[in-house]
Amino acid sequence: MDLGPHAGFIIGAYVIASVVVAALVIWVTVDHAAQKRALADLERRGITRRSAETPPLRIKETA
Amino acid sequence: MALIDLANPTRFVTLVERVLPWLVAATFVAFAYGLYGAYWAPDDYQQGATVKIMFIHVPNAWLSMFVWGAMSVAALGTLVWRHPLADVAAKCAAPLGAAFTFLALVTGSLWGRPMWGTYWVWDARLTSVLVLFIMYLVLIALWRTVDDPSRAGRAAAVLTLVGAVNLPIIKFSVDWWNTLHQPASVFRMGGSTVDRSMLIPLAVMAVAFTLLFITLHLAAMRNEIMRRRVRTLMLTQAERA
Repeated sequence: MDLGPHAGFIIGAYVIASVVVAALVIWVTVDHAAQKRALADLERRGITRRSAETPPLRIKETA
Repeated sequence: MALIDLANPTRFVTLVERVLPWLVAATFVAFAYGLYGAYWAPDDYQQGATVKIMFIHVPNAWLSMFVWGAMSVAALGTLVWRHPLADVAAKCAAPLGAAFTFLALVTGSLWGRPMWGTYWVWDARLTSVLVLFIMYLVLIALWRTVDDPSRAGRAAAVLTLVGAVNLPIIKFSVDWWNTLHQPASVFRMGGSTVDRSMLIPLAVMAVAFTLLFITLHLAAMRNEIMRRRVRTLMLTQAERA
């Protein structure tokens, strides 16, 4: 395909768009990994939400 | 799952985990189809091959305004309905909106140089979009400055609603003032002036970028919910110590 005399502008536009989209995807992926790691670390140290700490209610069984 | 259930962050995260792989696949397919169409689309009789920049410039320009519109709805959710996920949605949309606006400006500039003979002019359309980009950066800075997410969310919501005034200015700037930028050629009275051979790939690329936004937005919202959970747990731990 011949992009003509302005090929540099066309290719440049697509390259910049690709870099920005890739940066967004990397940002979201890396952030997810970081938050998952932080939550796992807190859980390992026994720091959990109150709802997670509370044992489930057991209904006393009657004979 | 009822709509009201989405107000529960845990249920929302579960739903996001479930739909995210499908959204990623749909985004890939849409981009593959859109880029294939853009590659084979004919050159414009006046602009030649530079018209190919349109397939990324126009979707990003649309999204730059759409994201601010979505943030304005979220701002109403924060201030009026006090929806627990509204400020999460707004906060996570801002960096994406800034990126789309940046791309609209840069690709427009690269399209303008060979067509207009200049990268930039201070006309109404370009300047109002630059103002939109700066407003996105201000919002991001505001969220980073205020430590308490709910206080930051309310301040950002007010700023977002004030900034929404800029949206009709951007849209109608080409009609109200004399600008180098061409008037609307897709969404206009009397129908689109763009030929079908270019309009279809343009529409597919618009769908692809919109799917990309939805995918990244949902993933970023999930991350933000996790970040707030980490923050709450650390504060709880500090209180106990």
